[in-house]
Amino acid sequence: MRSLTITKDLFFLSLVLGGIAALTFALLRVEKIAAPRSLKNNELALTGVVGVAEAIDSAFAEDWASRHLVHADQVDNLLVARRISLGIAGTIPSLAEIREFESQPEADQVSWWVARLLEDRRTSNYLAERFTRALVGVEDGPFLIFRRRRFVSWLSNQLYLNRPYDELVSEILTEEGLWTDTPAVNFYTRTIIQEEESNKPDPVLLAGRTSRAFLGMRIDCLQCHDDFLDSVELGEPSDLRSGTQLDFHSLAAFFSDVESSLLGIRDVEEHQPYQYQLLDENKVSVVVPTVPFLEELDGKEGNQRRRLANWVTHKDNRPFARAAVNRIWAIMFGRGLVNPIDEIPLGGPFPEVLEILTDDFISHGFDLHRLIRVIGATNALRLNSAVGFAITQSHEDSVAVFPTIRLRPEQVAGAIGQSTSLTTINSSSHIMTRLMKFGQQIEFVSRFGDPGEDEFRDRGETVTQRLLMLNGEMVGERLENILNAPSHLASLSPDVDTAVDVIYLTTLTRHPNAEELDKAVNGLNETALDQRGEEVIDLYWSLMNSAEFRWNH
Amino acid sequence: MMNPNSNIHKQQLHFHRRSLLKMAGLSGLSWLTPMAERLARTAEADRKGKAKSLIVLWLEGAPSQLETFDPHEGTAIAGGSKARKTNVNSIRLGDGLQQVAEQMEHISLIRSVTSKEGDHERAIYNVKTGFRPDPTLIHPSIGSVICHQLNHEQDRQVDIPRHISILPSNTPGRGGYLGDQFDAFKVFDPVQPIPDVKARVETDRQLSRLEKLKFADRQFLKNRGNNLIVGESLKNSNLDAAIRLMSSEQLNAFDVSQVSESERSQFGDTPFGRGCLAALRLIETGVRCVEVTLTGWDSHVNNHEIQAGRINILDPAYASLIKELKKRDLLDSTMVVCGGEFGRTPWINPLGGRDHWPHGFSIALAGGGIQGGRVIGETDPNPARDSAPKASLKHPHPIEDVHATVFSAMGIEFKNELDTPVGRPMKICEGKPVQALLDV
Repeated sequence: MRSLTITKDLFFLSLVLGGIAALTFALLRVEKIAAPRSLKNNELALTGVVGVAEAIDSAFAEDWASRHLVHADQVDNLLVARRISLGIAGTIPSLAEIREFESQPEADQVSWWVARLLEDRRTSNYLAERFTRALVGVEDGPFLIFRRRRFVSWLSNQLYLNRPYDELVSEILTEEGLWTDTPAVNFYTRTIIQEEESNKPDPVLLAGRTSRAFLGMRIDCLQCHDDFLDSVELGEPSDLRSGTQLDFHSLAAFFSDVESSLLGIRDVEEHQPYQYQLLDENKVSVVVPTVPFLEELDGKEGNQRRRLANWVTHKDNRPFARAAVNRIWAIMFGRGLVNPIDEIPLGGPFPEVLEILTDDFISHGFDLHRLIRVIGATNALRLNSAVGFAITQSHEDSVAVFPTIRLRPEQVAGAIGQSTSLTTINSSSHIMTRLMKFGQQIEFVSRFGDPGEDEFRDRGETVTQRLLMLNGEMVGERLENILNAPSHLASLSPDVDTAVDVIYLTTLTRHPNAEELDKAVNGLNETALDQRGEEVIDLYWSLMNSAEFRWNH
Repeated sequence: MMNPNSNIHKQQLHFHRRSLLKMAGLSGLSWLTPMAERLARTAEADRKGKAKSLIVLWLEGAPSQLETFDPHEGTAIAGGSKARKTNVNSIRLGDGLQQVAEQMEHISLIRSVTSKEGDHERAIYNVKTGFRPDPTLIHPSIGSVICHQLNHEQDRQVDIPRHISILPSNTPGRGGYLGDQFDAFKVFDPVQPIPDVKARVETDRQLSRLEKLKFADRQFLKNRGNNLIVGESLKNSNLDAAIRLMSSEQLNAFDVSQVSESERSQFGDTPFGRGCLAALRLIETGVRCVEVTLTGWDSHVNNHEIQAGRINILDPAYASLIKELKKRDLLDSTMVVCGGEFGRTPWINPLGGRDHWPHGFSIALAGGGIQGGRVIGETDPNPARDSAPKASLKHPHPIEDVHATVFSAMGIEFKNELDTPVGRPMKICEGKPVQALLDV
């Protein structure tokens, strides 16, 4: 009888122990990070990426010298990794990624990191969202016929596969079909004003959008009048003239044949001339499609949209390549080489770095991944943002320091999610983790306030945003949930020093300095064992609310 | 030209006031507080324009003018809808606006508002900002402009945000090119707690957290004093404002449960009714602009039923708001604007609905210097379907004229230009005030 009881007890005990072991294994599972497929030995040097980056470094150095500007020193690689991931993936590195990063040879760390991110869906998803803002805006748009999510996920796929940018834009400009089956056409359906009698994409909105998003030029004011402020230059780059109202509507005229029907977006069979009454005329007249500059590149072949797409993406149409380069630079640095990023003057002057990158982008088949690799290899991305001299507009304009930029709402949400998780939250995470992140992120961004299309301008911080970080649901839940990093650290960390180190790494992507370590370790040691969990959470909370966490620097 | 950021709060002033009040409280002089607020309000009296605050009752989805402010009983376009007498002989309102009719002496109507936007999203933007959507620029909503333009001693006594949107749908007032700091602070049904204003931990622990946070910020800012570009922004992080708000007694203004049952019930037992009551209390506290939203007016099907349902909610809330403002001597200094993004078609469609109609709809204004009991404009009781919709509209006013009227009543120089981030100077408003509503 007694032996039976012991057997039962042992059985029960082994069940409990087995459960604990399984749980510990699941929670403390060592995340394996595979080597990026696209990074081979010495590849960046062999493919010329390093050479282009060096040319950029020299161009900046010459510029600083000619302006007598002191420049910042370099930061360590971990901070560079943080900048890159906030820039192209909208989040910060996970603890597992930081450990793997630190195990790489120092000289290869950053290129390893860029290669890893370019192979990760976090990057294509985030970049797609950033590009989508410029292409179709942020609002919901026309009911049923505009599917923004579809457009973003289509674009994300294209970016993941590294589709050449000229092909991608060409497809957006010429695609036919339904908004659900061929998501690229949402570029057109977004501009349909449903209450108007014709269900036609609006040529005026399309002309403005095309010019801003693909050519980096704001010509919207020409919609109503000729340029009288000398702010819009058109014509030939070597022979510039002021833009006219006719220029704008001649561009809009390329969209006169596109219509929306039950079959989706398509070109009408019978040509519909574009008609408009210009400001100084007393009647409506037909406006012929004409490109606003570099007319010799217009092959005049194919239907109107095809003709426009061929001209826009022509390899000699440098404004097209420049606009893409400036946008990617702005995504990675928080501000463009030319600002505002969609006001690049046709005739220059252009920063030399913009020209170097544009040349490389065109000659390598509009390869966006390569462009990101080149920028990732530059010295500019490694410059300190904190310096011993006064930072002026000149320092910012000539990138003599790294710009200090407030994080965007999705970056804040991404960073909150990642910093409270010990494993990487990406497409290989558990579906529940991803769903939770998705739901929390949407709620957070909606409370935080979306920056809209004009996203490269600092719009100031609101009290609502501050309250959301101090007391909000997402920060609170991420910190207090026993499945997240803070609770694990408090109970399972081998010693107090390690716990503090991990908290700094996961939130600020750096190790604490001696003063910080000392203060935090003392704080924990002075706390009763049963309250250490709270102390860990409080340290997390303070770092997540700090300026260092909320800014890209 | 003015710099949009020139009116940022002076926080030091606030702290002085607060320490003074604290000292006053300690020395038994707390009864001085209401007097101080009264004095601050009278200090504003020198300014041109009587209005100091604005309440917008935002009827999103677009109410039908024929069932609310512009009935045409007995005509074909009425579709059977009735009108009722008001306490102003010459004015009739839709039958359901029973209590509002009794306040008509305080309310005036513009029955000839027009716009060029017939799509909800675009029209909401148009009516809230006074400008049509522009792909290169986001215009600020009227409440944001007022908070930006009016920043006096009164404003520095307010711990809670000065621009508030109660029950916001997807389109609360935005700061646009003035900056996000002018966005409306969003709150929901006043029976629910205000989001994110309560610390998640006990006071001692909160203090310890804040001490850690200040240490972290000091570490980060150590070498950043040299950053002239973002230095101020890094330091002035709204933390003090947020903490002040969290501990402010003024938060009580949101809590309508403190109001007697009888007073609450006159506004109607609805989120919108409670929102209007909270708006009243917020204005008393010194808030500049409150927007209270009532959605659900988009009656493409069963127009009469849908409108009647919404009117039942609007009527007691709107009427009680006017009545209470008057009773508390706040109506002269508070303008109340009521309307939606456009009107609805004179004709009833085969599903018994009315569709979108921006070609002559109604907006009601009261208080803040508006002379009550007046009507501007007139819609055609028998419009021909084939003529241009606006042809028979008398005294039309584009929506920006309503904005100009509000700004004018508030003494805001609305013809001034502001700098915008795209480098294009923009007038605050391009309309003309409807002078006939303001002249005594």
